[in-house]
Amino acid sequence: MSAPAAEGDAIPGLTVTPDRYLPVRYAGASGDFNPIHVDPEFARSVGLPGAILHGLYMMGLVSRAATDFADGDPRRLESLSVQFRGMGFPEEEISITGSVTSADGDRVELDLVATQGDREVIRNSTATVRA
Amino acid sequence: MELETAAVGKSFPPFEYEVGREKIREYAIALGFDDPIYLDPGAAREAGFRNVVAPPMFCVVYSAGAMAPAIFDPEVGMDFARMVHGAQSFDWSEPVCSGDLITTTASCASIEERDGKGFYVFESVSVNGEGAETVRGTWTNIVRGE
Repeated sequence: MSAPAAEGDAIPGLTVTPDRYLPVRYAGASGDFNPIHVDPEFARSVGLPGAILHGLYMMGLVSRAATDFADGDPRRLESLSVQFRGMGFPEEEISITGSVTSADGDRVELDLVATQGDREVIRNSTATVRA
Repeated sequence: MELETAAVGKSFPPFEYEVGREKIREYAIALGFDDPIYLDPGAAREAGFRNVVAPPMFCVVYSAGAMAPAIFDPEVGMDFARMVHGAQSFDWSEPVCSGDLITTTASCASIEERDGKGFYVFESVSVNGEGAETVRGTWTNIVRGE
């Protein structure tokens, strides 16, 4: 946020393609070893196309885009709220985009979305960044 | 669908988590946070932190031990076969650094039916060793009707 943010400004956003084993590394990092994330065979046995990404991993990527907007200073991320929508999958690019919905000098509000292909995996996401 | 709401207002035992430098590194690398403030104590101190700082969403790591007993509580009685994590929000205060001892307390905030689905909302509050709040979380799980 080097220049003052104004309503309607697009944020830089980010793209990430999680590799096949990312859900395993995220499981280790977070402690969430739900087999739908780390065992493709188990995931298929419960009707999923394969292992799916952790929702909180995708929210973590959204938080990274918001923190990047705050010049990389984690102290400036005041709040983040998301709704989980579709499932996210490894080996497919995730794109985080967003824009400024309000800026009042003390705080900047962002509206963010995470998409994979034409699917929104996180939407109605709002972040508050301290100016 | 008939929802059992006896657990609304119930508070669960506090959970303590000691934040370690290598755990922050592991989390930061998995998420692609490559700024040295997350990895190198010297760089973190230069930026004004007591030690390597955790990315804000690291709160899911130190809160997990408080959330599990709430989410799996038989009195709450969620049907896991039909449950999805529907929404999540966090409000951050004091930053969390390596060496911090964080205590998180979870509670069941509401259980409501909307559009034939059960909405189970939990709240968590985390404080550091000085008693300063680090994060407040709202965790929404949605259970589809039969």
